[in-house]
Amino acid sequence: MATAPEIPEIVFAGTEGGAVTDLDAYVQAGGFRALAKARAMAPDEVIEEVSTSDLRGRGGAAFPTGRKWSFVPKPEQLPKPHYVVVNADESEPGSFKDREIMERVPFRFIEGCLIAAYANQATHVFIYIRGEYDRPFEVLRDALEQVRARADLLGGVTIVLHRGAGAYICGEETALLESLEGERGQPRTKPPFPAVAGLYASPTVVNNVESIVTVTPILELGGAEYAQVGVENSTGTRVFSLSGNVVNGGNFELVSGTTLRELIDVHGGGIAGGRRLKAICPGGLSSPILTADQVDTPLDITSLAEAGSAIGSAGVIVLDDRCCMVEYALRASRFYEHESCGKCTPCRVGTRWLSQILQSIEDGHGTQADLDLLLDVCDRVNGKCLCVLGDSDALVVASCLDKFRDDFQAHIDLGRCPFEESPLAGVLAPAVQHERRFHRELDVIPA
Amino acid sequence: MSALGDRIREVAAHYPERRSAIIPALQLAQEDHGGWLPPEAFREVAEALEVTPAYCFSIASFYDMFRLEPAARTTVEVCTNISCAAVGAQQVLEAFERELGTRPGETSDDGAFHLGTIECLGGCGWATVIAIDDRQRVGVRPEDVPAIVEELRGDGA
Repeated sequence: MATAPEIPEIVFAGTEGGAVTDLDAYVQAGGFRALAKARAMAPDEVIEEVSTSDLRGRGGAAFPTGRKWSFVPKPEQLPKPHYVVVNADESEPGSFKDREIMERVPFRFIEGCLIAAYANQATHVFIYIRGEYDRPFEVLRDALEQVRARADLLGGVTIVLHRGAGAYICGEETALLESLEGERGQPRTKPPFPAVAGLYASPTVVNNVESIVTVTPILELGGAEYAQVGVENSTGTRVFSLSGNVVNGGNFELVSGTTLRELIDVHGGGIAGGRRLKAICPGGLSSPILTADQVDTPLDITSLAEAGSAIGSAGVIVLDDRCCMVEYALRASRFYEHESCGKCTPCRVGTRWLSQILQSIEDGHGTQADLDLLLDVCDRVNGKCLCVLGDSDALVVASCLDKFRDDFQAHIDLGRCPFEESPLAGVLAPAVQHERRFHRELDVIPA
Repeated sequence: MSALGDRIREVAAHYPERRSAIIPALQLAQEDHGGWLPPEAFREVAEALEVTPAYCFSIASFYDMFRLEPAARTTVEVCTNISCAAVGAQQVLEAFERELGTRPGETSDDGAFHLGTIECLGGCGWATVIAIDDRQRVGVRPEDVPAIVEELRGDGA
């Protein structure tokens, strides 16, 4: 096995001795210089610097951050309060990077928030952190308390730490804004886009935690120098979350364009138990599945798109050869069913149908026609809703059926699941949320 | 004015609009009421935020972390999403079943423990992740479970 190459740390720089949770220690190590540098520039110049870095959103959609900021009307064009909202509602299965960023470099993250506020001329920063993140919430709350004692750092900006209460859909930016306004977290129609009419119908920038924390080193280094790291279309580093059947799971900050093989074999220590690789989910649960022979795909936006998947939130889930891909699709589908907000019928009903059909196949009751039915339902969900939650279910199920059709066929031919050692068998999380949210049963499988 | 009402109004003051405080307000109320939201809690939150109890209920029923039924003294939830399942969440769940004498989705006869399965808690690389009364523990293996349960029983359960 090769030795781990030198890893350039940008996001996690300075944490060799552990998490940096003391403000004085952070300042002594050069912290808040990027903020000072930004404030010596005009807001538009800061946006320009971020554009030059070609920073792409780290939450999943990979939208250029600088361009997103440039869409916000200036206060003189639209005289309303401007807001920065940080999406810290990290809930994508397989993704747990934002959590470690907030725990290990809370001040670099807060510095990024303040730079974003300055560039977008915002009065408030709202950090929407997922309710289940107990420890990151506490670390951030303590860090904010230290920063609030320093009016010079805040520069008149109010930072509000807002704790969610358990809803995957609130990671979708308009659902997050609804939730932050005190409503059920259901996505809005777009346009208008948040840049023009976001929180309280005011101009709002919504960015992921890793995007925001990266703004700090971009200002430190300069956009052009940051863009030297990584590959075209995917500059800089990314914090890859690695989980599943590997020896060492965890977060690894690596240069964009590192191959899946290097991540899994070198940093992750290979497949656990000496087993063989079967499938890889490269960008969080919502990214279409890849087969073992795609392990040399580089982890960047373009390469993963060409491989038929997506970089998403860079959460890499590794599955070994014991795993049943019908069970994979079923667990994924049950998750989306549970998390559907219910606003759009194709998603609310379609995710439930997909889980029911998959459960029937897994139980050995599936027929040949069920395979076509799965794809038919996927077609009726994909692209038919306000947000991509239902699309994600459809794409995951369709990709499993496309790439691992033999697994599905075997269930139908044998009338049972042939993967007796699959760790993905067993009790699923309850789907009670579906009834609780919609107050009714939807148990009709299409004929 | 109740102490809870005062705390809710204090939180609400941080937001440009009062309604934004509905989630933190319900969180405070749930804490106050022993881990769940009885009808009384909705009335208290509604009064403090000057909204209706029905509106408060409509928000609480949307978010997973609000409990609409009385909570057991201790709630143990095991993540069974893909990353945790892949490394043996099912065995962890079975170990809790054995130690607590409670099946997933059920509460023990004495009302002390509720055992549940839960969707991804965001600690996938450190599987299996569990939550005990919403506090996370990572890297739980089946062999760790007896000691965890003993510790919980020792806490007065």
